[in-house]
Amino acid sequence: MAIQTASGQAPCPECFADITLTKVMQNEITQCPGCGVELEIVSIEPLTLALAPQEEEDWGE
Amino acid sequence: MSSPAGTPRVGVLYSRVRVEEKLLFEAFERRGVSLDLIDDQKLIFDITDVHHHPYQDYDVIVERCINHSRALYSLKILNDQGVKTVNTALCADICGNKLMTTSALAAAGVPQPRSLVAYTADSAIEAIERLGYPVVLKPTVGSWGRLLSKVNDRDAAETILEHKETLGSYHHSIFYIQEYVNKPGRDIRAFQVGPETICAIYRTSPNWITNTARGGSSSNCPVTPELADICTRAARACGGGVVALDLFEDPDRGLLVNEVNYTMEFRNSIAPTSVNIPEHMVDFCLQVARDGWNVANGWTDDGPQMASISLADGASA
Repeated sequence: MAIQTASGQAPCPECFADITLTKVMQNEITQCPGCGVELEIVSIEPLTLALAPQEEEDWGE
Repeated sequence: MSSPAGTPRVGVLYSRVRVEEKLLFEAFERRGVSLDLIDDQKLIFDITDVHHHPYQDYDVIVERCINHSRALYSLKILNDQGVKTVNTALCADICGNKLMTTSALAAAGVPQPRSLVAYTADSAIEAIERLGYPVVLKPTVGSWGRLLSKVNDRDAAETILEHKETLGSYHHSIFYIQEYVNKPGRDIRAFQVGPETICAIYRTSPNWITNTARGGSSSNCPVTPELADICTRAARACGGGVVALDLFEDPDRGLLVNEVNYTMEFRNSIAPTSVNIPEHMVDFCLQVARDGWNVANGWTDDGPQMASISLADGASA
């Protein structure tokens, strides 16, 4: 099955700027062009953004 | 979800979709491979149900977790169930822990910075002064240059050791102490895919921590026979697979392997090297699916003999 993507606009939960999103996936990480905060696409139907989780101690490569 | 007949069934275990994951997904899509995305935030393993493994029909599962612990445990369960993965639990176990990496590289005779391990603040001070200042204290598990300490004198050593013992969790009292290598304002990040060192970059920074995640800039580094040889030997020592190696250029000793990363990030390395890293990764994953781990790594023997964790027959390590 092809990976589901969506395009559209969603508000930044930090600065409330409308962000234009193109072909984004669920769980994709993006950045608000307005305030610079890191965001996660938590839903593609409807397009919804949440603050990306804070870095944890065992995160990495 | 399933792929069309004749194409392998490939799953990707992931936490978040970063640039790297998206590039990988697109590379698989170009090969006509439909991916099953396995979100580690929703994952439940019934470890004890030995009669029904939901992942046993996969030809390969590609691990792209952000958390080392989730990656390691998932790979261990999958490999014990006989599922082929990229990378393996063995590789994650060794590469995800600097102490384990150092020990594996030492056993294989791969050149690396001198490193000591101590378990108490008193013995750590002794170890630090045996190496001589400055030294670098590193958590055994961690990435992106997080919580690295360059210790320049005894006052700093005593302070940092006390903080680590008091404020850190128990594994911060496993003191991993590395000599400070006076590198020429840069280090090397090399990308190893199976038997081949496909490309490398220089990471340049005025800071002693050169990670591009910390602002280091990248430029192409030619893959010399010397670089390819040490990377290939180091990757094998750490269980093979798709790994990114960090190396220092020591004026007297030549190349030294500093770290080996098993869920590599590569977004800043495609442009300077002009190498399509995700395409190479997909080639490797599909070869593992088709021919198995040893063949994909180009090992004509049984591969490195390591037993840091137990893996069942039929697993990919």
